[in-house]
Amino acid sequence: MSNFEYAPAPESRAVVSIDPAYGLFINGKFLPGKSHFPTINPATGEKLSKITQSTTADVNKAVAAARGAYVKTWSKMPPAERAKYLYRIARILQERAREFAVLETLDNGKPIRESRDVDVPLVAAHFFYHAGWADKLQYAGFGEAPKAHGVVGAIIPWNFPLLMLAWKVAPALATGNTVVLKPAETTSLTALLFAQVCQQAELPAGVVNIVTGDGKVGAALVNHPGVDKIAFTGSTDVGKIIARSVAHSGKSVTLELGGKGANIVFEDAAIDEAVEGIVNGIFFNQGHVCCAGSRLLLQEGIHDEVLEKLKRRMSQLRLGDPMDKNTDIGAINSAEQLAKITSLAQVGVSEGGESWSPDCALPVNGFWFKPTIFTGVTQAHRIAREEIFGPVLSVLTFRTPQEAMEKANNTPFGLSAGIWSEKGSRVLWASKHLQAGVIWANTFNKFDPTSPFGGYKESGWGREGGRHGLGAYLKGGDHE
Amino acid sequence: MNYSAIIDGSEASLKNFLRTLPGVDQVGAESRAAMLATRSIKNATKSYAIDLAISMVDLTTLEGADTPGKVRALCSKAMRPDPTDPTVPHVGAICVYNDMVSVARQHLDLIGGHDIPVAAVTTAFPSGRASMPVKIQDTQDAITAGATEIDMVIDRGAFLSGQYGQVFEEIKIIKEVCGEKAHLKVILETGELVTYDNVRKASYLAMLAGADFIKTSTGKVSPAATPPVVLVMLEAVRDFYSMTNVKIGVKAAGGIRTTKDAIKQLVLVNETAGPDWLNPGLFRIGASALLNDLLMQRMKMRDGRYASPNYVTID
Amino acid sequence: MSNRIDVRKTYKLFINGQFPRSESGRVYEIKSGKDFVANPSQASRKDMRDAVTAARAAQPGWANATAYNRGQILYRIAEMLEGRTSQFVEEISLLEKVTSIQAKAQVKQSIDQWVWYAGWADKIATAFGSTNPVAGPYYNFTIPEPMGVVGILAPEKPSLLGLVNCLAPVLVSGNTAVLVASQSAPLTAITFAEVLATSDLPAGVCNILTGIKDEIAPWMASHMDINAMDISGAAKKTQPALREAGADNLKRIFSFSDKAKTQRMTSFLEAKTIWHTIGI
Repeated sequence: MSNFEYAPAPESRAVVSIDPAYGLFINGKFLPGKSHFPTINPATGEKLSKITQSTTADVNKAVAAARGAYVKTWSKMPPAERAKYLYRIARILQERAREFAVLETLDNGKPIRESRDVDVPLVAAHFFYHAGWADKLQYAGFGEAPKAHGVVGAIIPWNFPLLMLAWKVAPALATGNTVVLKPAETTSLTALLFAQVCQQAELPAGVVNIVTGDGKVGAALVNHPGVDKIAFTGSTDVGKIIARSVAHSGKSVTLELGGKGANIVFEDAAIDEAVEGIVNGIFFNQGHVCCAGSRLLLQEGIHDEVLEKLKRRMSQLRLGDPMDKNTDIGAINSAEQLAKITSLAQVGVSEGGESWSPDCALPVNGFWFKPTIFTGVTQAHRIAREEIFGPVLSVLTFRTPQEAMEKANNTPFGLSAGIWSEKGSRVLWASKHLQAGVIWANTFNKFDPTSPFGGYKESGWGREGGRHGLGAYLKGGDHE
Repeated sequence: MNYSAIIDGSEASLKNFLRTLPGVDQVGAESRAAMLATRSIKNATKSYAIDLAISMVDLTTLEGADTPGKVRALCSKAMRPDPTDPTVPHVGAICVYNDMVSVARQHLDLIGGHDIPVAAVTTAFPSGRASMPVKIQDTQDAITAGATEIDMVIDRGAFLSGQYGQVFEEIKIIKEVCGEKAHLKVILETGELVTYDNVRKASYLAMLAGADFIKTSTGKVSPAATPPVVLVMLEAVRDFYSMTNVKIGVKAAGGIRTTKDAIKQLVLVNETAGPDWLNPGLFRIGASALLNDLLMQRMKMRDGRYASPNYVTID
Repeated sequence: MSNRIDVRKTYKLFINGQFPRSESGRVYEIKSGKDFVANPSQASRKDMRDAVTAARAAQPGWANATAYNRGQILYRIAEMLEGRTSQFVEEISLLEKVTSIQAKAQVKQSIDQWVWYAGWADKIATAFGSTNPVAGPYYNFTIPEPMGVVGILAPEKPSLLGLVNCLAPVLVSGNTAVLVASQSAPLTAITFAEVLATSDLPAGVCNILTGIKDEIAPWMASHMDINAMDISGAAKKTQPALREAGADNLKRIFSFSDKAKTQRMTSFLEAKTIWHTIGI
C-alpha cells in the first residue's frame, strides 16, 4: 500500500465574509428584504446565510431603477466611458478572484479547482472582452448605430452562478442596456458579492440591480411590462414557458437551454486524450452543464479499449470536499437535483442499462452522487434522451460515421457535440453534419468570451459571446 | 523478453505495429499534465514524497570536467545525502560516464554503499553518433568496470528518418551486451523527437527491443523531461503492461530541479501508471541540483522553518 | 378566330416538385370584381404536412449543395421570371387592382430581388461567420448554417414581390420552405411555382400552398418538424397565438418590417461554432 494518499489540502475560507442575511441590490444600494429563505453549502448542509424572497413590489422597484438609470445615465453616456466601467469591473474581479472562487464553491458545491481555474477567470475575461466592444458596436455587423433594448431582465441558473451572471451582464452593459438580474434560488451569494464590485467600480446606481428568490420572481420579471428583453439560461421546460409568456408582449428573448450532447469517438482517435475529454465532458462541474457530453458514442472497434481506460480513469477521480484543492468531483447542488439524478439513474437500471461507478466513499452530509456510466444503452433509453444534469454518462455504439451522425442528431436538443478523430477531413465532415451550436473537436467543455455559445432546435434561441452574442442585446440583432 | 506475438523484429512488422498506436493530441496531453500539476501535496504526503523522490534520484555528473575526486564526492552524497540526518534515504543510483564507473563503484563499496548501483551512459552518449562496434565496446567497458545500469541513447537520426528496424536492432544488441549483468535504460532524447506521437512510438520501440526502463533525455538537450512527455511515456508503460504483463520503468531526466518539479512527477506517476510504479525499481529521476532542494524542503518539513543552502552540502 | 374559347389554367398546389390538387379535394373561388377568375386549391393541414415532409427530405441536399450552385439556381429563377413577365403582369393587375405599369414594376423588383439574393449565397459565411481568437491553443470559428425547414406566411399584397421577399432570403442559405401564398391573390404564387419547376431547384426545396391562411397557420406553428417561421404575412392579431403555439418546439418565429432585407436572411441562420486543438 502506497503512502501517496494525498493529505487534505483545503483552501482557506478566511478570505470570504458572509453576512447573516442578505437584502436586494436596487439602485446602487442594498435594501433589506422582508422574508428570507436559507442558502446552504450543498457539500455539508451547513446554513451559510439567508436570502431575500423578492416581492412583486421589489421587482417593480428594480425595474424602475433600471429604467431610470437607462434613461438618465447609461444611454446618454459616451460608449468609451461605458467601456471604462466594464474594464474597472473586470479588474476588481481579478483582484478579488480568490474571494469569489471560495464563495462560489461554498455556495454551489463545485470543486475549488474549477471555480478558481475556470469560472472566475472566465468571468473577468467576459467583462474585459465586452468592455472593448462598448465603443466599437458599429463594427459588430448590426448596422452603423445599433441601439440597445433598454432594460434587460436576466435570469440565470445555479450551475455556473457567477459565470452566467457575467455572460448576461457584461454584454448587456457593453451594448448600453441596464439590467435586473435574478440569480438562482440556491446560488445567490456571488451575485450579491458582485453587487459590491459594482459599488467599488462606482457603476452608476440602477445600471445593475439584483433581485433574489424563487421562480416566481423570475416570472414577475419575464412578465413585467417595463422589461424590454429577457435573457434566460436554464431548463428547456422553463424556456418554453418564457417563450409562451412573451408571445403576446413582443419582448426580445434569448434562451440558453438544455442539451444532450453526443461525444463521438472514432476509432482513429487519440484515445488517451479522448478519455480525458469524455471525463471532462460529463464529470466537469458534476455534470451540471447544459452542454455536457452526456451521450458517449463509441465506434464499435474501440468500445472495450475505451471503456477499460475510462473506468480506470474514473477510479482516480477524487470525490469529496469541494474546498480541497485536489477534489475533482464536488457536491450536487441541491437535494432536489440529487433526487432528479437518482430517479433518472434508477430508470436507467430498470430499462436494462448496466450501471458502473468507481468504488469511492461518499461524504455523510450534503448531496452526493458517484460518477456513473451506463453501458448497453440505446437511443430508446430515457437516459439517452433526457437531460440528467448530473455525473451520469450513457454509452452507445456506432458502426459507421453516418450512423454516428444520425444518432447524435436524433434528439430535440442541439447544443453541443464532441468529435474525436485524428483525421482532419473526418472532423470537418462531422462538424458539418452535427446539428449543434458548439462543436468541440478533440477537446470538450471549453469556453471563451470571443466564442459564440448557444444551441440549435430546443436548446435555445440566440448566442452568447463573440460578435454573434452582441446581437441579442441590440435592436435588429439576430433574434428580434 | 520475447514479443514475437506483437512483432517479428522486421522493419515491416515494426512499422505496422507502430502505425496501430493511437496518436497523441498535443493540447490534450499538455492540459492533462497541467491539470495534474495543480495537485496540492501537503503534510505527511509531502514528507513521504520527498523521501521517495530522494530514493529515486539517479545522482548524475556528466561533464567533460568530471574528475575522480568529483565523482567520489558525489558518491558520498549519494550514500548520505544529509550527513546530519541518518533517516534520509540514499539515492537510487550514481550516473556517470563509463571511464568514471570504476571510481564510483570502488568508492561506493568503500563507504558501505554496496546496494547503490552505478549507472553508465554509453553508446556514444549523448549524440549516439558512432559506429555499432564503438557503441558495443562503450557498453562492455562500463559493465566490466562495474556498471549495473546502462543508459544508452537511441539513434534519433535513424528514428526520424523512419529506420525503426535500425533503432530496434541497436537496442536489442546493447540489451544482449547487458545480459543479466546490467539493467538497460533507453534514452529517447524526446527533445529531438519533437512530437508526442514520436515519443509514444519510440517508447514502444524501446520496450519491444528489450528496454528495462525508458528514459526521457540525456540532459544535454532542452526541452527534456517535461510533464507531458513523462505523461506520454507513463501511458506507454501502463498500456504495455496491459498488453504484455511486463512492467517497464520510466526515468525522467533533465530540467527537474526543485522539489515542486519532483512532486509533480510523482503525481504524474501516481495518476497515470499508478502506485505500482512509485518505487525506485520503476521510476527514477535523473538529476543533480534537485537533491539539495529536496533536502532543504525536508528540513523545512522536519523543523517547521525555512532552510538555508548553508546547511546542505554542495558536492 | 375571334370566337375562340380561352384555354384556362388549373391552379394547383406545388409540393415536392409536383403540382397535386389538395388531398381534401377543396378549391376556393377567386374573382376579379364580379368575374370568376379561378378555382385554386384550398390546401388542408394534411397538404401542409406533406409539404413539410418534402421540405425536410430535401433540406440536407439543398444545404450541402455548394453555395455557388445555390447562387446559380437562384439566379436561374430570376432568368425564368424575366421571361414570364407578361403573365405575372396580367395576374397581378387582375387581382391586385393595380395598373399594368405598377404590376410590371412589381415583377421587375421581384426579379431584381432574386438577383440580389443569388449573389449572397457564397458570401453569407464570409459576412456573417467569424474566426474567434480564443485564449488558448484552439482554432475557433463560427459558421452560419441554415435552420432547416422554414414555414412562411406570405403577405397578401404585393402577391409576387411579397412572396419573393420572404422566400429568397430563406432559400439562399440552404433552408427549405413551405410557403402559404397570398390568400386573396394566389395566382402569381402558382405561376411562380411553374418558374421554380423549370429553374433547376431540387424538388421539395420550395413548396407552395394556396388556401385559407388562418386555417393552415396554426397547424404550421404547432408542427414539431418545422424549425422556424416567417409570419410577416399573418394578420397582426393572429401573430401572438402563432408564437405561442410555436413555443412547443421553440420555433424561431419572426415578423419583419417591409424594409428588412439582410435581416430576413440572417434570422434564419444558426451560428455553429467549432473548436479544434492546434498541435503537432
